[in-house]
Amino acid sequence: MNGFDYHRPATVDAAVAARRAAADGAYLAGGMTLIPTLKQGLAQPSDLIDLGAVAGLAGVTASGETVVVGAMTRHADVAASPEVRRAIPALADLAGQIGDAQVRNRGTIGGSLANSDPAADYPAAVIGLGATIRTDRRAIAADDYFTALFETALEPGELIRAVEFPVPRRAAYRKFSHPASRYAVAGVFVAEFGGRFRVGVTGAGPCAFRLTALEEALALGVDPAAADDVAIDSSRFNSDLHASADYRAQLVRVMARRAIAALAGR
Amino acid sequence: MSETGIGKRVKRREDVRFITGRGNYTDDISVAGQTYAAFVRSPYPRARIVSVDAGAAKAAPGVVGVFTGQDLAADGIGPLPCGWMVKSKDGSDMKIPARPPLAVERVNFVGEPYAVAIAETPEAAKAAAAAVETEFEELPAAASLAGAAGGPQIHPDIPGNRCYDWELGDAAAVEAAFARASHVTRLEFANNRLIPNAIEPRAALAVYSAATEEFTLHTTSQNPHLARLILTAFVNLAPEHKLRVISPDVGGGFGSKIFVYPEETAVAWAARRVGRPVKWTADRSEAFLSDAHGRDHLTTAELALSESGTFLGMRVRTKANLGAYLSTFASSVPTFLYGTLLAGQYRTPAIHVEVEGLFTNTAPVDAYRGAGRPEATYVVERLVETAARELGVDPAELRRRNFIQPDQFPYETPVALVYDTGNYQASLEKALQRADYAGFAARRRESEARGKRRGIGFSCYIEACGLAPSQLAIQLGAGVGLYESGEVRVNPTGSVTVFTGSHSHGQGHETTLAQIVSDKLGVPFEQVEVVHGDTGRVEFGLGTYGSRSVAVGGSAVIRATEKIVAKGKRISAHMLEASPDDVDFDEGVFAVRGTNKKMTFGEVAFAAYVPASFPDDLEPGLSEKSFYDPKNFTFPAGAHIAEVEVDPDTGVVDLVRFVAVDDFGEVINPMIVEGQVHGGIAQGVGQALLEHGIYDDAGQLVTGSFMDYCMPRADDLPSFEVDTTVTPCTHNPLGVKGCGEAGAIGAPAAVMNAVTDALGVKDLAMPASPERVWRALQAV
Repeated sequence: MNGFDYHRPATVDAAVAARRAAADGAYLAGGMTLIPTLKQGLAQPSDLIDLGAVAGLAGVTASGETVVVGAMTRHADVAASPEVRRAIPALADLAGQIGDAQVRNRGTIGGSLANSDPAADYPAAVIGLGATIRTDRRAIAADDYFTALFETALEPGELIRAVEFPVPRRAAYRKFSHPASRYAVAGVFVAEFGGRFRVGVTGAGPCAFRLTALEEALALGVDPAAADDVAIDSSRFNSDLHASADYRAQLVRVMARRAIAALAGR
Repeated sequence: MSETGIGKRVKRREDVRFITGRGNYTDDISVAGQTYAAFVRSPYPRARIVSVDAGAAKAAPGVVGVFTGQDLAADGIGPLPCGWMVKSKDGSDMKIPARPPLAVERVNFVGEPYAVAIAETPEAAKAAAAAVETEFEELPAAASLAGAAGGPQIHPDIPGNRCYDWELGDAAAVEAAFARASHVTRLEFANNRLIPNAIEPRAALAVYSAATEEFTLHTTSQNPHLARLILTAFVNLAPEHKLRVISPDVGGGFGSKIFVYPEETAVAWAARRVGRPVKWTADRSEAFLSDAHGRDHLTTAELALSESGTFLGMRVRTKANLGAYLSTFASSVPTFLYGTLLAGQYRTPAIHVEVEGLFTNTAPVDAYRGAGRPEATYVVERLVETAARELGVDPAELRRRNFIQPDQFPYETPVALVYDTGNYQASLEKALQRADYAGFAARRRESEARGKRRGIGFSCYIEACGLAPSQLAIQLGAGVGLYESGEVRVNPTGSVTVFTGSHSHGQGHETTLAQIVSDKLGVPFEQVEVVHGDTGRVEFGLGTYGSRSVAVGGSAVIRATEKIVAKGKRISAHMLEASPDDVDFDEGVFAVRGTNKKMTFGEVAFAAYVPASFPDDLEPGLSEKSFYDPKNFTFPAGAHIAEVEVDPDTGVVDLVRFVAVDDFGEVINPMIVEGQVHGGIAQGVGQALLEHGIYDDAGQLVTGSFMDYCMPRADDLPSFEVDTTVTPCTHNPLGVKGCGEAGAIGAPAAVMNAVTDALGVKDLAMPASPERVWRALQAV
């Protein structure tokens, strides 16, 4: 690990200012990706801006319409949150399936979304629920947020404050876990908002995306078989040691079918 | 005898310190003035080292020194030897590439160390290692086993990258058997490369005293005396009596810590060079790259059968990956620990095996839990199961028809072993009962009703353990004997200290050996201490591997206790004014037969050290030692049955049941034995379903972390059902055979037989990953 200057600001403004002043700064949230990357020398920031002491970034607030999850809220806290469990139980389920207990106790929703790992779980919910990413300077719609592999719409230094999830009538998430890492090889989040459906897919492509063909099929009826016939274009899917693009397409179909079946029971 | 004697489920005394964080592992040991080492490793699978510039590294803060392979060579250190000579068919010796501890002219696998930085802190050492500037000339690599023979030649003096071309058995008899066969079953498969991943990575702390010219090397070794022998007699580090090797608590080895490695060697040398203690602890990434890997075979195997399903002959051709260099025992694993086991539990009359040992630009491959025997079992048991399916015979029934029968022992196989005892059908029948084989068809129907597929698979394995009769091993090429030493030292107060040349790195020797000695001497279990893992305290030893500790090490301890009893009889006879021949010893009491005269063991011990009136021919003291050389291998065997349910949508294999019925001979501590079986099965299931060490075509290790290399976890496994049958070993005093490797040997074939049964396919590559299984189902 190379040397760096360490900052522990107390406010969002101070954090953003520290980042702006740094030659090559990096925000540190839960550190579940950044710390191993630093240890391997793959990231060598000049400054590390620890968000752990920034006031107001952690916690869940729920209204009838929305659930707002602060950027520094740990996965374990989302999984256990009574507000989340009541309003969007599928989101709590998803958080409870991320990584392992150690990761869930350290990792944060803001860190996960800023990193935009193609196999992370949260992006499926952000897309599937049509969430809004609230940053220090603006609000970004889910559909505009994920742009490419490890790329998002965030500008340099832009800091996520919270994620605002609309409360659906019902929702479900099913994932196929990587046997070693427990990342999503394919994860499908299905949500219904008064007859209108959204389907978010993670793990399969370079970044999370909507499966609009399935959304349209579901509008005609909540039937797991809808997933069997929907077209899935795997030409840009990830293909690696553990799963080829073809196999990922199959997994998307199976996870979608299972998520729809779960949805039908809610 | 007591609740702690032989056969009792005594809780492991060492676990208290392990589970309360008070173990004493190498990295826990620190000494004044110690420095830290970090290695500079090759990023290329094969390259010429053009130049190494350590100028910037040496100038970095806190750096004590930076050294290259040339520095060690200049001091006459190295090369690292291979301890087993294997000869090719034509009688020629195997080809041995020079393996300097730190590479000098060329690097031959990714992660091979070629320089070391020594600094005041681990961080400074790592920074210095990263600051070493090296110019390489990249060379084409032979990365894969399949392409090794025709690939770029790795070592200048070894054409075709071939170490040896070995054979065993009667080729002509096998030809004749196949000529008259009514059915031949043929399989081609790989035995997947595994990476050991002991929970404690390798570590070393070397201290050198300029005053006495003595080294003390604390290190993670499964056999510290062998490390001392190799580092002194072969590597030229120091005279043997000037090196003490201490292997304190060691967190697992599975074979990977048998060997003498470059890093520990360089650390020891560096301690003298810099005049300060040097410490090194591998991180997990280094462990993946540089620990000796396991398995990695490509095999074609054929079984010839008669019309009635009698095995007539077996023909096996294997390419074995040895990696870039010969690790300490690498040459023996795919030959004498593999080809000799191909008879399995059966009366196959003719067997011929050919093995090509090939070098590749990958980490060295050597013994890993089971070492050759899992590979042999996989060949035999996949063939037998496949033959049964092809002939439409129940796989259990085909095995029954071909088992060596209990009245046929001792049984000489066509591949150089003499099995002393066994009852294979007894284990199989018990396993069939435990697994409710009769109810399988109904369970399969129930699975199918839920859209799942269900399969059942058998593995009736045998292993040769209790390594090894020295005379035979040396005839076959071993460079060392394979006996074991044991010393029983009775203290004046009657407590006992046992010194064993076996080494515990998780197996529970401190409990098992104490049970044996307590039982045999009638001394309370709590008063028996077991010492191992220190060349300064234990006279000699050959360590722990090959399920040898109780069969060989325990036998040495038994012999020493017998000498203690004999001496005790002489002492008590003198004290009680009787003849030693008239003294009986039972449950800790020496008694003169036919009288009420007796002495307790404690009284005899005290008398031995306070010899008030000993005659001239009776020496004081009560301490005896023994070297035990086994007369034969031991042959643990058993029947494993796996049952799986497969999700055809995703290809996920759910191992729903695993039954293991093993014959380990007599059992000292059933709880420890069950623990060994559980761990072994977990590793075997890992090989079958999850683990795979993969180098890409360019020679880079692409499964170099737990993100990509999948270790088995508790939730991948069912609750195992384990049981035993007993045919005592005929040639050692305890009747024991060894249990440490059985699970890893038996499980892979059982699981793969179950998976292929569920899928209705002839073969499937390990690991049976979800995508492989799904693809196999698409092709059916």
